[in-house]
Amino acid sequence: MIAILKYNAGNIRSVRNALTGIGYESIITDNKDELTRAEKVIIPGVGEARSAMNYLKERGLDKLILSLKQPVLGICLGLQLMCRFSYERDTFCLGIFDAIVNRFPPHDKVPHMGWNNFTMIRGDLFKGIKTEDDVYYVHSYYAEISPATVAICDYILPFSSAMQKDNFYATQFHPEKSADIGVRILKNFLEL
Amino acid sequence: MQVMLKKRIIPCLDIKEGRTVKGINFVDIRDAGDPVELAIRYVEEGADELVFLDITATVENRKTLASLVERIAIEINIPFTVGGGINTVEDVGVLISAGADKVSVNSSAVRSPGLIRKIAGEFGSQCVVVAIDTRFINNEWIVYVDGGRTPTPLHTVTWAETAERMGAGEILLTSMNTDGTKSGFSTGITADVSKRLNIPVIASGGAGTPEHFREVFLKTSCSAALAASIFHYKEISIPELKKYLSDNNINVRR
Repeated sequence: MIAILKYNAGNIRSVRNALTGIGYESIITDNKDELTRAEKVIIPGVGEARSAMNYLKERGLDKLILSLKQPVLGICLGLQLMCRFSYERDTFCLGIFDAIVNRFPPHDKVPHMGWNNFTMIRGDLFKGIKTEDDVYYVHSYYAEISPATVAICDYILPFSSAMQKDNFYATQFHPEKSADIGVRILKNFLEL
Repeated sequence: MQVMLKKRIIPCLDIKEGRTVKGINFVDIRDAGDPVELAIRYVEEGADELVFLDITATVENRKTLASLVERIAIEINIPFTVGGGINTVEDVGVLISAGADKVSVNSSAVRSPGLIRKIAGEFGSQCVVVAIDTRFINNEWIVYVDGGRTPTPLHTVTWAETAERMGAGEILLTSMNTDGTKSGFSTGITADVSKRLNIPVIASGGAGTPEHFREVFLKTSCSAALAASIFHYKEISIPELKKYLSDNNINVRR
């Protein structure tokens, strides 16, 4: 069973729809036992960092996430919450990746919205994926490049498109909204 | 490897009582089939995003719309926007929980711009598309509401700037002068709005040929172009359009 973390962020249902579409059963839950027992955990979401972190802390879900041993995938805001600190309302995050989340400087349209490809990809999530493949982004904040960075996109500046450390994986783009390429990346995670 | 945000091609589906329809100049309405079937076809053809506009948007149709959105969300794996008759944050909540990625607001935002701020505050700016219907009349671009029936005193660029300031994540700009005419996008106003704003602008109204798409991407800094009838009736196929744009050095997703 795949557990999708239920919290105060949008777009959670679309992750479930995507999993159903490729034949995986999932539950949307904030129950600690269900999360701990799940084969894989996904932390999706579009939303705002401070209120999301507050929500997680109030329920002790921040510590629970850190204690998870199975593969965990953060998506979009999920990736940013896994970083150390976000300048979105100056929020201390989970600190899994030693990286800072900052707002794009206004040198081009913000949010970075739409389909973009990669300058670099490596690791398990990107098996069968090429740098010229496009995935769907919508975000105004980005995670800086760090040792955990496993994919880089460049919009206004180079930023972490995907990150990985130990059992924690994360993508800034939305695999669940990235058509066939996204399906491939989701499957790569689900087959870990 | 060159990294580039792609120009988006967005088919729009006008919905009336659960069916796709397309109006010509906002009046004459023709039936164009089942929206979910069409949506699936567009995804397979390489559409980058979809927009569904409920053009009747009566109270009794809201439930029909929500269940349609649920069906769409299960069937497609690209982002989609739903609009038409959204007056409150609660209306937005219903559509977002049904699976819509974004909602578009039009007349209700003009009447009460605070609605944009409320939706952005609750669900994030990225999900608020402010749709603007505009007409060039007496030498000015003016905002219209009520599906293009009612003129307002608002100038288009000024209203777009207000919408951005209130928290819009994107502007969907439809030129009523060209909508349904297949004579090309109104590049002047599209250029003005997209130059003045820091959020993405979707050009809409007037697409008839692949050249029209090339023109709007070359002459304006819009991020996306939207069309309805030419895709519905297969006058232009999305793969052909994208090949044409790509051959003409416009970056699109292939």
